[in-house]
Amino acid sequence: MNNCAERLYNGLIKENPTFVMMLGMCPTLAVTTSAINGIGMGLSTTVVLVLSNMLISMLRKIIPDSVRMPAFIVVVASFVTIVQFLLEGFVPSLYASLGIYIPLIVVNCIILGRAESYASKNPVLPSIFDGIGMGLGFTFGLTCIGIVRELIGSGKVFNLQVMPRSYEPVTIFILAPGAFLVLAFLVAGRNKIMANLEKKGKQAAKPQGCAQGGCASCSGCDGKVFPTGEKE
Amino acid sequence: MSEQLKVSSSPHIRSNDTTSSIMMWVVIALLPATAYGIYNFRDTQAWLLIIVTTATAVLTEYLYEKLMKKPVTIQDFSAVVTGLLLGLNLPPTAPWWMGMIGSIFAILVVKQLFGGLGQNFMNPALSARCFLLISFTGRMTSFVYDGVSGATPLAQMRANVEAGSDALAGINSMDMLLGRTGGTIGETSVIAVMIGAIIMILKGIIDLRISGTYIATFALFLAIFGGFVDGVGFFNGQYMTAQICGGGLMLGAWFMATDYVTSPITKTGQIVYGILLGIMTGIFRLFGGSAEGVSYAIIFGNLLVPLIERVTLPRPFGKGGEK
Repeated sequence: MNNCAERLYNGLIKENPTFVMMLGMCPTLAVTTSAINGIGMGLSTTVVLVLSNMLISMLRKIIPDSVRMPAFIVVVASFVTIVQFLLEGFVPSLYASLGIYIPLIVVNCIILGRAESYASKNPVLPSIFDGIGMGLGFTFGLTCIGIVRELIGSGKVFNLQVMPRSYEPVTIFILAPGAFLVLAFLVAGRNKIMANLEKKGKQAAKPQGCAQGGCASCSGCDGKVFPTGEKE
Repeated sequence: MSEQLKVSSSPHIRSNDTTSSIMMWVVIALLPATAYGIYNFRDTQAWLLIIVTTATAVLTEYLYEKLMKKPVTIQDFSAVVTGLLLGLNLPPTAPWWMGMIGSIFAILVVKQLFGGLGQNFMNPALSARCFLLISFTGRMTSFVYDGVSGATPLAQMRANVEAGSDALAGINSMDMLLGRTGGTIGETSVIAVMIGAIIMILKGIIDLRISGTYIATFALFLAIFGGFVDGVGFFNGQYMTAQICGGGLMLGAWFMATDYVTSPITKTGQIVYGILLGIMTGIFRLFGGSAEGVSYAIIFGNLLVPLIERVTLPRPFGKGGEK
């Protein structure tokens, strides 16, 4: 079970598909004009990802190595078709605004990437959690981008007016260039936060390392003792 | 005498030009257009807009470099040039906060995030103008002159053609030359822009390679293709004058296409660049959705500069033969 929690953490934060691995950029940039679109796209992808990871992991010993790619694609495409019909039937408005990007989930590199690098080599349960983690990470990324773009580009969040009436929307943010700008700023912000956290983690861990190293007097251990060896 | 002989490695001849001195001369060269723009649009507070864009540009650069603990480079005047150019590229009716957003975008996103002066891959002032043009299309394309809102001469010609009447109806070339028309603050007066251009040419800051080929190519393009689209015959003097004097062509060709950072450094490259800009401007103006095309043409040209330089890199003397 610990393994499963680690999978979730991995997908959501450590290897977030949007902000770290930069996978699935096409839907990321194209459909995130509003927060609700981001969530819709993210959750559809999550469903496909979990189901396809599960099935591929079950079939991993049956699928011959030489034809694994076509086999994966067939599995993914079947689930995408199911999701597409469900969306069309039950949330037609979302279906309309996501448009061509729903069938294009088939070629989303996150799904094929997880199938190839994780599900085809691991047991079923971790694969399912890997799918959940990655899917939620993707949903999280898309929703963040969607919220920022919708807020600046139309003054709303989840279709609710949050900016004052006098606010004039900066339309470029709900057009294509805005997607690139927002994505870049969010990735930069995430990297900054992670770098700060890592620095803090290192400082906290230092005295311990000092004690293990057998330094008799740890008072002088303010970074001068190990000045160059560590990579920041 | 012998003590004065210094042995050193090349270069032996140095120029006294510094970034600050060049940028200062660009500012001086922009002053006629600025002054005329402020006078021309005195009833719409053009002066306020120019002050806001310039001050915001300098302030943004200062704050960013302070926060990032980099050497502060506001004394090199490049931020002043960017802010001033952006101000001259806005319609006089633009609200002050729009100028502010534009300046912040120009300095922060286009210039500083890519590493500051010398590293930006496109002209900051023009990219900010395009940013505002896409974001606030209505405000950026509504022009008021003398208290009356009306079309710029180029938009007027476009409307004439679309209405099926004579393209040149209501176009006064003399007004366009002097600047008594609607338009952005700095672009209306060709004479004021040309005074600045002559100052820069005399000081050796720019030469005719980019601007000259740009304008000549554009004129040639319009002489050939203008008739097909706008229906004014193969070559029509008044039409050519109106197209060359209208819109941002003069301001763009002399002040923005020649930006050192975003134009090629090789001589052949500069000519190629000028020709490309001329053709693109012509295409955008004749076949594009808007009557204007200079800003997008220069931005696209900026993006092509690395490729142009790669193709036109001169071969060092003695290295390699003909293939």
